[in-house]
Amino acid sequence: MERGAALGADGRMPYNLTVNGKSYAVDVDGDIPLLWVLRDTIGLTGTKFGCGIAMCGACTVHVDGLPVRSCILSVSEAAEKPVTTIEAIGDTPEGRKIQQAWLDIDVVQCGYCQSGQIMSATALLAANAKPSDDDIDAVMAGNICRCGTYPRIRAAIKLAAQG
Amino acid sequence: MSIFDRANLAVSRRQLLIGASLTGAGLVIGFKPHAVAAASEPFAPNAFIRIPQEGKITFVMPSVEMGQGIYTAVAMMLAEELEVGLDQVTLEHAPADPKQYANPLLGDQITGGSLAIRGIYEQMRKAGATARIMLIAAAAREWGVSPDACKAEAGHVVETGGSRRAAYGSLITAAASEVVPQDVPLKPASSYRVIGKPAHRLDSPEKVNGTAKFGIDARPDGVSYAAIAICPHFNGKLRAVDEAPAMAVKGVTQVVRIEEAVAVVADNTGAARKGLAALSIDWDPGPSASVSQSELERQMDAAIDGKALPHVNEGDVARAEAEHGPVHEFVYRMPILTHSAMEPMNCTVHVRPDGCEVWVGTQIMSRARQAAADVTGLPLEKVVVHNHLLGGGFGRRLDVDGIILSTKIAKQVSGPVKVTWSREEDIRHDCYRYLNYSKVTATLGPDGLPVSWRHRVIGPSVMARWLPAFTKDGVDLDQMGGAESPYAIPNRQTDFARHEAPDGMLTGNWRGVGATRNVPPVECGIDELAELAGIDPLDYRRRLLQHKPRLLGALELAAEKAGWSSPLEKGKGRGIAVAEDFGSFAAMIAEVSIGADGRFKTDRIVCAVDCGQVINPDTVEAQIQSGVVYGLSAALYGRITVENGAVVEGNFDDAPVLRINETPPIEVHIVPSAEAPGGIGEVGTPGVAPALLNAIFMATGKRLRTLPIDQTDLRRV
Ligand code: FES
Ligand code: FES
Repeated sequence: MERGAALGADGRMPYNLTVNGKSYAVDVDGDIPLLWVLRDTIGLTGTKFGCGIAMCGACTVHVDGLPVRSCILSVSEAAEKPVTTIEAIGDTPEGRKIQQAWLDIDVVQCGYCQSGQIMSATALLAANAKPSDDDIDAVMAGNICRCGTYPRIRAAIKLAAQG
Repeated sequence: MSIFDRANLAVSRRQLLIGASLTGAGLVIGFKPHAVAAASEPFAPNAFIRIPQEGKITFVMPSVEMGQGIYTAVAMMLAEELEVGLDQVTLEHAPADPKQYANPLLGDQITGGSLAIRGIYEQMRKAGATARIMLIAAAAREWGVSPDACKAEAGHVVETGGSRRAAYGSLITAAASEVVPQDVPLKPASSYRVIGKPAHRLDSPEKVNGTAKFGIDARPDGVSYAAIAICPHFNGKLRAVDEAPAMAVKGVTQVVRIEEAVAVVADNTGAARKGLAALSIDWDPGPSASVSQSELERQMDAAIDGKALPHVNEGDVARAEAEHGPVHEFVYRMPILTHSAMEPMNCTVHVRPDGCEVWVGTQIMSRARQAAADVTGLPLEKVVVHNHLLGGGFGRRLDVDGIILSTKIAKQVSGPVKVTWSREEDIRHDCYRYLNYSKVTATLGPDGLPVSWRHRVIGPSVMARWLPAFTKDGVDLDQMGGAESPYAIPNRQTDFARHEAPDGMLTGNWRGVGATRNVPPVECGIDELAELAGIDPLDYRRRLLQHKPRLLGALELAAEKAGWSSPLEKGKGRGIAVAEDFGSFAAMIAEVSIGADGRFKTDRIVCAVDCGQVINPDTVEAQIQSGVVYGLSAALYGRITVENGAVVEGNFDDAPVLRINETPPIEVHIVPSAEAPGGIGEVGTPGVAPALLNAIFMATGKRLRTLPIDQTDLRRV
């Protein structure tokens, strides 16, 4: 049926992704958001879907060390660049500190937003070792938490910044 | 290392199913011995505990974890009586099996209504104690001593005053042949070692490293991925769709049509979404096509003075009004709300000729299973539901509409299919908290205190559909919960003017349920009366709450911690609200300031709560903060509107929610209590809006009676 015709209809080669230091060749349309390639094609489900329009931060990953919303970043834009997801953020010094602070303070509730929160907080700490309340607001306001873990997120970022 | 050991999970389900088939209704006893490995079969004195020869003890969780910390709390209850440390256990989701895992208070496998802890506090401790007694009996028999000469500690039975000591794992075979004791004695709270002490959440590690598995993360072998468009109009239907544009998208394999929706199936969700976006779908908007927000609000307004069914009737309100007059009347209007859990609705289903499997995060396991059985026509026992962590519940996952839709779609797909709703579908097809209005009428006595109180509640009856047992003579008991107020008013009347949402617009349970509807009018109403009487709002409530020591205790503590009597700068205000919900008692004080532009800022929220025996104080703090943020979000932003028989808003851009930069410091203070544990997931929410409205009044002199708070102009009048 039409499926065969659709596959490869654009005549493109697969995209080469480097995620958490591993290479993947993925055969999808270039405009498919990185989020779905990570979750469905590669099987790294730690990165979450919340809104699809860059309003909630649940899908935050690092590309070239910078936080991006993978729900609006196309796979073609992410190809050939180092991508780091929640599954490997603990390998970075800031990621490790943030995760430990999250455990010390028991930030999580349902936990669904927390991959994105941690990816944003790690990027914040990497850029700013001693963030003020305003700095925290400026960066973390992009990440929604419906369980209302905001007070503990603030406290945990401050704790991580001390360590 | 994961607390949800997946290898164990498969084994346990089989064992539990065997166990269930052997036992009728009522208490569950052990499991059928494993045919091949009888010697290493874990000791399972009940459906909640499995003790293996070596390694961690497994606790099976009868309630679902949606953030409220119930897994940790249940583990604490079991560990308390089993005499093990929390580091010695691993947790597992219970399968759908109401015979074994029903909440004793609800009679079904439901996690909602803050009943998790309340329903199972005794049940879990008994389960732990039963296992402990059997292990002690086994050791005593082996050692030839009386069980009284032995005690349990840290996963061992030890001989008191002797030197013998045996790990639980070494006793499992012997313990399995001990008689299961009935009526086991439970520890007094004074000797609790685990309960009441702060404990780290057991689900934190998985949730900070991305390995926690929510329903949306299920990836059974051969799964395909679907995006769904549900007819945007209430009760509307699919007329026609040309599938070609979707089929032309790389990775798309199928377009599925069902009566009320279209789904595009692909090898990844991104391709499915792209395919769906390429379709022009012709919807039949159906009979509700002309429904508009202004019309819905007009109908609600008309219902305020329409017919109503009586509920509470104490004293003689009419006489008190005639005697004391004048009658003060206030009308409060509350909007349509969504749940907007962070994890959008999703469900993975595999329908085969001989059975059906469902992967989902649900608050209502048994109905989830029944729904899949109904749609497929398979017998219930052929349906397996794999429950997952929930990325937020808030009442949304107490309905199974998403499971029904996914199963209908899966019937047309070969292999398992995961249907993930977009945020837009999630917001436009919620089980909404519908418009809810209240008319409060009161008369004051010569001392300024109310002598009469009428409260008419106008809104839908969710319980008529969702839990008919919770209605009486046409009155929705949840809807009316707390409408009479907790205050000592001699003459009180409440009535229910049932007014449903338009056909096809689903209404459901929303965090805090009845109290979120009735606490705002009650707490704003009482504030208005205090103002009329010229009495300080704290003092007014104090005088009316002398018969409610627990609520009063929370009020006093909140007032003290908030510094109620300390002076405030100009442009600032404080407001109080008290709430009684699910066996817990909370008092909240909000402090706001109004900027020169007339916009307000919440400076601080202080909450005191008496929730009876605390299981994990750290969770109480987290849950109250959570409830407050949820309430604050609704008070500031919560408002869904309807046009052309469809919900207008669709995502966090036009249906915003609270973010960290708008979240004030939230202080939580616990009133020490030895009473039975109350629910804490919901009691933090209902008081937020009225506390804010009352604070805004103090700061500006303006009484706002409509939610969400209209911030456009709050300059002092
Ligand atoms: S899913 Fe990407 S920001 Fe919400
Ligand atoms: S922890 Fe549940 S949404 Fe953030």
